[in-house]
Amino acid sequence: MTATNASPLTGFKVMKPGILALIQDAGRFGCHGIGLTTGGPLDPLAFQWANRLCGNDLAATAIEISIGGLVLEASVNTRVAVTGAEMPLKINGQEQPLWQSHEVKPGDIIELGFVTKGVRAYLAVVGGFVIEPQFGSTATVVREGLGGFNGDRLQANDMLPCVEAHEGDCLRLPEEFRPEYGSEAHCRVIPGYQQKAFSRFQQRMFFSSHYLVSDRCDRMGYRLEGPNIKPSIDGILSEGICLGAIQVPADGQPIVLLNDRQTIGGYPKIGSVFSADIAKLAQLPAGALVSFEPITIDCAHNELCLLRSRFERAETAPC
Amino acid sequence: MEIHIAGENALIIYFGEQTSPEVSVQVQQAEVLLRQSLGDVLVDLVPSYASLLVIFDVYRCDHLHVRQIIGSTLTDLSDATASEGRLVTLPVYYGSDAGPDLESLAQRAGLTVAEVIDLHAGMEYRVYAIGFAPGFAYLGEVDERIAAPRLSTPRQKVPRGAVAIADRQTAVYPAESPGGWNLIGLCPQRMFDPEAEPTMPVQVGDRVKFNPIDKSEFLVLGGELPGEIV
Repeated sequence: MTATNASPLTGFKVMKPGILALIQDAGRFGCHGIGLTTGGPLDPLAFQWANRLCGNDLAATAIEISIGGLVLEASVNTRVAVTGAEMPLKINGQEQPLWQSHEVKPGDIIELGFVTKGVRAYLAVVGGFVIEPQFGSTATVVREGLGGFNGDRLQANDMLPCVEAHEGDCLRLPEEFRPEYGSEAHCRVIPGYQQKAFSRFQQRMFFSSHYLVSDRCDRMGYRLEGPNIKPSIDGILSEGICLGAIQVPADGQPIVLLNDRQTIGGYPKIGSVFSADIAKLAQLPAGALVSFEPITIDCAHNELCLLRSRFERAETAPC
Repeated sequence: MEIHIAGENALIIYFGEQTSPEVSVQVQQAEVLLRQSLGDVLVDLVPSYASLLVIFDVYRCDHLHVRQIIGSTLTDLSDATASEGRLVTLPVYYGSDAGPDLESLAQRAGLTVAEVIDLHAGMEYRVYAIGFAPGFAYLGEVDERIAAPRLSTPRQKVPRGAVAIADRQTAVYPAESPGGWNLIGLCPQRMFDPEAEPTMPVQVGDRVKFNPIDKSEFLVLGGELPGEIV
């Protein structure tokens, strides 16, 4: 691969931003002390695959496209890959498969339709998009006005710079390694935080019920609708919130906190969703079904190591 | 001190059930010590009123090892002496055009507006936590007489710089945002500026005092009246 320095004038021009397209790298870490959240991809596995199919560092800057509608025009020779939710991809009007890299040349139009399964797709380019990081990361958190372009979602006429990449092969990920995007999510939960403030009955109710994803689901958190669960305490002294924490406000309807969550909060929490299942949850639209199951932290740890080794062992194939 | 599981890669350390300057000092000290002893196992720390969330790298370490490091690092925190944080003075224009809840808060408290201002500006506060939004510093504790519950309906738009009270906490909103605290004035100083170094005028453990200024000083210091705050 030969790569030259990115000029701010070459790369991709946003023709249509679609519903919600955000510049994301792996996330902003180490800044909780000044109140900054992490941001980053809601489905890290799909994000990493998009980068891997372009031969990139796994944390390279890509685009997270929610629901669809993004249209880009290339002004470089390079390769792009789209992974994640089933979102029809067209290059110059021709339908093209996801989960593989495609060559593009100046003038090519890359068009993403609207999802048929899942919610978020990832578009990566060889070398990653060249965006100035803020606080060590290019991840866009709109609520904080940080990352991406002026801390905002992509807008028409934004110019996304990247390097030229003339050589290199297109790669595809064989189907057996691709995640499946369903219409429900079964989330494993590591019980913790104020778990003891939820009686045995309340916990049983939570872990044996089905919840619906409400309309209020975004990158900050997914509010669920279902049987009320009531902790024995109303509130707590505000404390740090980790990814996937399940907080239960006074109305008894749980909220799973995601990448753009507030860093501290004062609602009781029953535990936190296992990260691999957070991605499945965040790929669900409003109205989808969610259920929960408790697992131990050791079990979660083992599963993470297993998933990582599976990711590393998965072999891409030439196109 | 108690250590609980928070998530697959996070433990939370509780230093007490209530907050106090002594507990807050322990949190602060633990933060400094653990940053050293955890090294590159550490992903991030979130200090708050009486707790410290420790987020670690699961591919380098497991929760039992992190517990062990926490245990051996935080052995003599109980002897912690309250270190005096820096004193930061923040100017505030108190007035009904800057703080739409000032009069109702005074009425409910059975005080005059001038008495509310004296009580709010007469205390030194401690920065207990930073969070909720970038640069949002939770300061405590205000005099019991001016403590006020959150609004039953939060405002859609609280202007940047709004000085506010909720229960016995007070804060300056670092950016325009929704919010349910009682607004009593405006501070012309930026509380969070991504371009500035440091990005925030205060950090956890600092002491903050509010200095009342009038409208003309407020404008001279670069303050802007946000128009009507509904």
